[in-house]
Amino acid sequence: MSHEILAQYLFSGLIYGSIYAVIALGFNIVYNATGIINFAQGEFVMLGGLVTHSLSAVLPLPAAILAAIAITALTGGLLEFFFIRNIGRLIKGMGGKGDVMHLTIMTIGLSILLRELALKIWGEQVKTVRFFTGTESSSLSVAGAHFSPQLLWIMGATALVFAILSAFFRFSLSGRAMRACSASRVGSRICGIRAEAMVTLSFVLSAAIGAAAGAVTAPLTQTHYAIGTALSIKGFTVAVFGGLGNSGAAVAAGFILGIIESFSIIVFPEAFKDVVSIVILLSVLLARPSGLFGSREAGRLKEA
Amino acid sequence: MSMFRFSVSRALRGAVILAVMAVSTNAFAAPIKIGAIFAVTGPAAYLGAPEEKTANLFVDNLNKAGGINGDKVVLIVKDSAGSAERALSFAKQLIDENEVVAIIGPTTSGESMAIKDFCNASKVPLISCAAAEAIVEPPLPFVFKTPQKDSYVAKWAFQTMKDSGVKKLAVVASNTGFGSGGKAQLEKYAGEYGIKIVLSESYDPSATDLSSLLTKVKSSGADALINWSIEPAQSIIAKNMKQINLAIPLYQSHGFGNIKYVEAAGAAAEGIIFPCGRLLVADLLADSDPQKKLLQKYNSDYRAAYSEDASTFGGHAYDAILILTKAIEQAKSSDPEKIASAIASIRGLPGTAGVFNFSASDHNGLGMDSISMLTVKNGKFALYGKK
Repeated sequence: MSHEILAQYLFSGLIYGSIYAVIALGFNIVYNATGIINFAQGEFVMLGGLVTHSLSAVLPLPAAILAAIAITALTGGLLEFFFIRNIGRLIKGMGGKGDVMHLTIMTIGLSILLRELALKIWGEQVKTVRFFTGTESSSLSVAGAHFSPQLLWIMGATALVFAILSAFFRFSLSGRAMRACSASRVGSRICGIRAEAMVTLSFVLSAAIGAAAGAVTAPLTQTHYAIGTALSIKGFTVAVFGGLGNSGAAVAAGFILGIIESFSIIVFPEAFKDVVSIVILLSVLLARPSGLFGSREAGRLKEA
Repeated sequence: MSMFRFSVSRALRGAVILAVMAVSTNAFAAPIKIGAIFAVTGPAAYLGAPEEKTANLFVDNLNKAGGINGDKVVLIVKDSAGSAERALSFAKQLIDENEVVAIIGPTTSGESMAIKDFCNASKVPLISCAAAEAIVEPPLPFVFKTPQKDSYVAKWAFQTMKDSGVKKLAVVASNTGFGSGGKAQLEKYAGEYGIKIVLSESYDPSATDLSSLLTKVKSSGADALINWSIEPAQSIIAKNMKQINLAIPLYQSHGFGNIKYVEAAGAAAEGIIFPCGRLLVADLLADSDPQKKLLQKYNSDYRAAYSEDASTFGGHAYDAILILTKAIEQAKSSDPEKIASAIASIRGLPGTAGVFNFSASDHNGLGMDSISMLTVKNGKFALYGKK
């Protein structure tokens, strides 16, 4: 097999990887602040793509993307406020535990709600966002491999989101407050942190990241009302593969899985791609239950 | 005098009774209930939604014009979301509870295969809107379908490839009933046209990027690629090919007959070749073409009602109701068994997919001539090989 073809598989893997990574990042924020796996994350990606599609008809593309991120972030915040916060309270009021498991199931309900709303608003037809640079058939060439310039935009966006998140969690007061909530909800409350506001903020942030992912990937992947479910499952797989709650791990795991999937096609039929990634995920989890890069101690703390 | 008075009052009374009878037959005549199962939502919504819209539009117009044989038509639409299990339970509901006289749909081949035996055993005509040849092969007395057989589509594609010198072909298909049905037809007939299939693969219907699969195509040395699917992946493949610089001709199935896919693929759609019915190129047809008027009217009615372009899929539902209407008219009855035998005797009926000639052994009724090779030129569908 020529090195051009191998390079081509590598770049295809980078495309998958960058899409997985930027989606997995969104999962981690909500998980860090609440312990909830937000299965509506894929729907935030869908909303980001579709809102960008609609707004780009009337606004310049950068403005459309920013507005889509803002609208989706607002939607994420409102959903958290009405459903997670208040219904969580209601469940507790009725004698239920209102624990992480209840709320995770609730996010599955939210994902169905968002999907149906999108079907009503945008219909069932496939929509696209125009390529940031060039057209559908533009192609760059490196080492004999060819790829869409959009790949650079997706990788750039992943890097940017990753950098902003790292800085936010490390240096800003809100970011540190969110980490404190994740370590101990009660403890952070005693220190005067408004834990509930932090949870809302985590949904706003993850919705914004999901929307950004949706806008930047839509030129390549296209988008429609039902695209979210498959993305949620893939993003969740990648987040677990890397170690839940760790942003750097999510990015690394995304690229590792993407590249493995791409090269697996040399040997296995394309239809087995997902089987390959699930087998890898399960074997990694058997050996390291907290994920590839997750620390065992942190895993145990979360259990407690 | 009294004699005259008597006869007048008698005549009046008779007229009143007649009038009441006329009114009551109109008001109390049972409407003809037609069931429809379409994948209005879910992964096959690109097909099912235009089918539902078309069927509603057709029945509205039909009722405005007085119905069939003076009876109003009621259309009961069920959304299967593309699931064969749901399609089967809706078929049972439509037949057992709603007591429909016939069912149109389902949208996809998988669903149609799942319900055809049940409809046949219940003696209720089923007019499927799905492509797979196995739906009417071997023919069951109560099972029909409106889209062109996939073997015709495959043969047209092969003939065009042979004419342009293709020897080695790569086949990719979505992992669905439509995709695997088409793939089987391609593998069956390739040899007859002297074409060797060097790679044959399926992919997940919800795939969002297929560049690594296309890399495999690139290293297979194929000199043309054919994709068989109905999903948005059709546009993704076109784009990915240009992006990884895979410069071989791209053929698609008749599943590409939706202008939205051309829009989604943008510049990458130029030059795609696919076999399809004539709906998409109605305005380019000769005036003598028996389908031209009907196609243009369907296009303009659909556009006026829903402000979007009609697609061949909606056309399949149009044909299904058209055939059913003709059969009920000819049978002068809405008895399911009489309808089924009336359908099997329909000849020379122009529809959106072609001119239908049913017989006891042919429950599709369309010939090879129902298909044309189309291509994409400047973002629009055009007849392939014509200037």
